[in-house]
Amino acid sequence: MSEKEVKNLEAIFEARIARDEKIEPKDWMPEKYRKTHIRQISQHAHSEIVGMLPEGNWISRAPSLRRKAALLAKVQDEAGHGLYLYSACETLGVSRDELYDQLHSGKAKYSSIFNYPTVTWADIGAIGWLVDGAAIINQVPLCNTSFGPYARAMVRVCKEESFHQRQGYEIMLTLCNGTEEQKAMAQDALNRWWWPSLMMLGPTDAESIHTEQSMKWKLKRKTNDELRQQFIDQTVPQADILGLTVPDPDLKWNEERGSYDFGEIDWDEFWQVVKGHGPCNKERMNARVGAWERGTWVRDAAMAYAEKQEEKKVSKAS
Amino acid sequence: MANQNLYNYILGIADNSLVLGQRLGELCGHGPSLETDIAGTNISLDLIGQTRSYFQYAAKVSGKELTEDDIAFLRLERDYRNVLLVEQPNTHFGYVIARQYLFDVFHLLFLNELQYSKDETLSAIAKKGIKEVSYHKRFSGDWIKRLGDGTEESHEKMQEAVDDLWRYTDELFEMSEDDQQMVSEGIGVDLPKLKESYYDEVSELLSEATLEIPERKYFSYGGKNGVHTEHMGYLLADLQYMQRTYPNMQW
Ligand SMILES: [Fe+2]
Ligand SMILES: [Fe+2]
Ligand SMILES: [Fe+2]
Repeated sequence: MSEKEVKNLEAIFEARIARDEKIEPKDWMPEKYRKTHIRQISQHAHSEIVGMLPEGNWISRAPSLRRKAALLAKVQDEAGHGLYLYSACETLGVSRDELYDQLHSGKAKYSSIFNYPTVTWADIGAIGWLVDGAAIINQVPLCNTSFGPYARAMVRVCKEESFHQRQGYEIMLTLCNGTEEQKAMAQDALNRWWWPSLMMLGPTDAESIHTEQSMKWKLKRKTNDELRQQFIDQTVPQADILGLTVPDPDLKWNEERGSYDFGEIDWDEFWQVVKGHGPCNKERMNARVGAWERGTWVRDAAMAYAEKQEEKKVSKAS
Repeated sequence: MANQNLYNYILGIADNSLVLGQRLGELCGHGPSLETDIAGTNISLDLIGQTRSYFQYAAKVSGKELTEDDIAFLRLERDYRNVLLVEQPNTHFGYVIARQYLFDVFHLLFLNELQYSKDETLSAIAKKGIKEVSYHKRFSGDWIKRLGDGTEESHEKMQEAVDDLWRYTDELFEMSEDDQQMVSEGIGVDLPKLKESYYDEVSELLSEATLEIPERKYFSYGGKNGVHTEHMGYLLADLQYMQRTYPNMQW
C-alpha cells in the first residue's frame, strides 16, 4: 500500500470514529490503534485477574456464610471480566498465552492498587466501595469507546462492578453500625485505601503520556484529573454517611467550584508501586506465575486429551 | 432439643458441603486456568449455598436461638461431622479433582434419595441440589478423564491422587446412630444401599480414564464421629477466625 493510500484509509477511519461508528475486529485499522488497544485491554484484563488475589485472600476467613458466598461470587465475576477482556483482546490477533507471558515477565502492567495488602476484613469492604467505585468511574465512559468488542465487554463489566461497589459499601455500613472495634477496622481500612484509590485514576494530566490520542479514539473521554475529582466528589458524602473521616486534612468543600479541594497526592509512592516496588508486587507476581507453572501439566493434559479425542473421531469417520 | 436426631442429621449432611466449599474457596485465583478457577469458585458457591439452606433449617429445628453462622463457625472440631474425604487438602490439581469426583458421585446418589425424604424441607433442598451437583460431577468426571488419559505425567499424578484418597471412600456409606434413626423415620437415606452403584460408577469412569481401580482392603473412618484428620484444625482456624476473634458481632 502506498503512503497516500494509507493516509486515505486513516482519514476514513478517523471519520468513522468521529461519527461514533464502532470499529470491529475485521475492519481495517491503523497499527497504532491495534497496539494501543491490545495494551489497554490486556492491562485491564490483567488487573481483573490480579485483583482476584487480594480479595481471594479473605474467602476462607469471611466472617459469615452470607459474606463468604458474596465474596466468592464477586471474585468469580472478576475472573469472568478477565475472560471477556482477554477474548476482546484476542480479536486483535494476540493470544491469551502471549498476554500471560507479558504479565508474568513483568512487561505488561496491571492496576497498581492490587499491590496493596488486604490485612483485615474491612479491606474487602473498602475495596468494593473505593476500588470498584473508582473502576466504574474509569470504565463507564468506555461503554461508548470506539472499539466494538471492548465497548460491549464494558457494558457488562460495569453492571457487575456497580453491584460490587454497593456490596462493598454495605460491608462498610455494617461495620460502621457495629461495635467500636468494627468501626475502627472500617476507619483503618479507609485510611489505607483512600490515597491508593485516588492514584488508581492515573497520573496527573501533565504526566500522562497517552491522553490526547486516547481521547480521539474514545478510549478516554475525560482526563485523569477530571475523573479523580468526580470520584472524590462522589465518595466524600458516602464517607460522611458512614461517619468515617477521609484521611486528608486539606479536604474541603469549595463552594465556588462546586467540588472538593483535596490535598497533594504522593506521586513518589505511586511511581514506586508502578515500577514494581509496592508492598505486594512480588507476592502478586509470585502467585500468578506460581499458579501458571503449577498448572502446566494440567493444561498439557487437557490438550493431549483433546487431541486423542480428535484422532478417535477421525479414525471412526474413515 | 425436640429433635436431636434430625438436628444432628442435618449437620452431618451440611458439614460435607461446608468443608468442601471451604477447600475449593482456598483455590480461587490459584488454579491452572481462568476457566477452572471460575468452575471451582462456582462449585464452592453452590456448596456454601446448600450449607446455608441446611443450617437455616437446623437452626429452626434446634428450637434455640441459633443462626446459620453460629452453627457454621462456633462449634468445636469434635462436633463437625463431615467425612474425612472432603477435608483433605488441595495437594495438587489431581487431588482437587479426585476429591471432588469421589464426593460428587456419592453426593448425587445421596440427593437423588433424599428428594424422597418425608421431611419436606430436606426434600426441597435435595431437589435444588441435584441440578447443581449433576454439574459438579460432570466437571470433575471430565477432568478425571482428561488427566487420566492426557499425558504420562498427568496420568501418574491422577493415579496418585485416586490411590491416596480411595481410603476415604468407604466412610461415605458408614451409618451413624442418627442416620439409622432417620432412616427408620423415612427421613434419612440408607447409605449402604448406595454403595454398589457408587463403586460401579466410579470404577467405570476410572477405567475409561485409563486409571487403575485401587485394590484396598483398609479404609479410614472417624469424620462422622468428629474424629478428623490433622488437616481439619487448620481449616477451622481459617473458617472460624473472624467469629472467634470478634465474638457476638454482626457482619
Ligand atoms: Fe471486574
Ligand atoms: Fe475492572
Ligand atoms: Fe469488581
